[in-house]
Amino acid sequence: MIYLQLFLTYIKIGLFNFGGGYAMLSFIRHEVVDKHGWIGSQEFTDIVAISQTTPGPIGINSATYVGYAATVNAGYSPAMGALGSVVATIAVCLPSFAIVLAISRFYAAFRRNRHVEAAFLGLRPATVGLIAAAALMLMNDDNFVDGKSIALFAVAFALSWRFKVHPIAIIAMAALAGILLY
Amino acid sequence: MYLSLFLTFLRIGAFTIGGGYAMLPLIEREAVGRKWMSREEFVDVLAVAQAMPGIFAVNIAIFIGYRLKKTPGSIVCCLAAVLPSFLMILTIALCFAHIKDNAWVDRMFRGIRPVVVALIAVPCLSAAKTVGITWQTAVIPIAAALLIWQMGVSPVYIVLLAAAGGWLYGRLMGRL
Repeated sequence: MIYLQLFLTYIKIGLFNFGGGYAMLSFIRHEVVDKHGWIGSQEFTDIVAISQTTPGPIGINSATYVGYAATVNAGYSPAMGALGSVVATIAVCLPSFAIVLAISRFYAAFRRNRHVEAAFLGLRPATVGLIAAAALMLMNDDNFVDGKSIALFAVAFALSWRFKVHPIAIIAMAALAGILLY
Repeated sequence: MYLSLFLTFLRIGAFTIGGGYAMLPLIEREAVGRKWMSREEFVDVLAVAQAMPGIFAVNIAIFIGYRLKKTPGSIVCCLAAVLPSFLMILTIALCFAHIKDNAWVDRMFRGIRPVVVALIAVPCLSAAKTVGITWQTAVIPIAAALLIWQMGVSPVYIVLLAAAGGWLYGRLMGRL
């Protein structure tokens, strides 16, 4: 049952993800934290942090992790959890297969299709909103425990935005800061 | 051929940190450099992979695999692109349950969590710049964000609504 739910949820995530990994975050969170309660809000933030420090797309990373965690949290063994990972990861890729096979034959026509182009006039700005929603949803008491959290946020923002410091370096510094500050 | 496709996408999957766009130069060097396709074809594939829903990296892998070796090729490429992160995250997931209650790990993550939010806020602003959001069009992302964040609307409806809105706008402007 948990496998079927994971499968259907990640098919949906694969199918409605426009605008890259960060736009996908609000959607993934909505499904796995708010709707199904498979993982907690803090654990979700932790996965995002892990995704940002390990190779691979965030969509795959989240599917693999949530597939495992949801199955184990539902009371199954770690081996069953690994199978949950497989189910969610395959499910998130499946819509791409179906669509590529469907449009490969006439992809030049699809690319220059005026209707598709017009739809993107609306999709592109909405993508910015999807990413903003992901950031806003994570601005909660779980992630911001005190004033030090806000200071860390501000420093990380400045390092990334103004000085283009690599996310992995920023997360490593934040881990060190966490040990020193708490 | 399958082996070389597999190894190429395995490498792409293993060495790209920071999302699909970081791996573009690597894919281009492999696909165009090995004469799998011309540069023009590659740009076309990129455009379609971006316009499609789904994970960008997975879309490109499936697309290139399909163009070279049809369905078996697309399965090989997708599998190879996904495998490194799958194995790594599964290993982390298996260990994380044991270490997350560790006091040191807990302190580290207390420092990391607010920083993750900053690392999402920055690409949000970059995307706003790239898309060319102005004071007039800012209402679209703001409304989308508020609907999801405050009203709990599923992003699925936002995506459908935005696509329909864009299409209608194009129609009203007489471009369709």
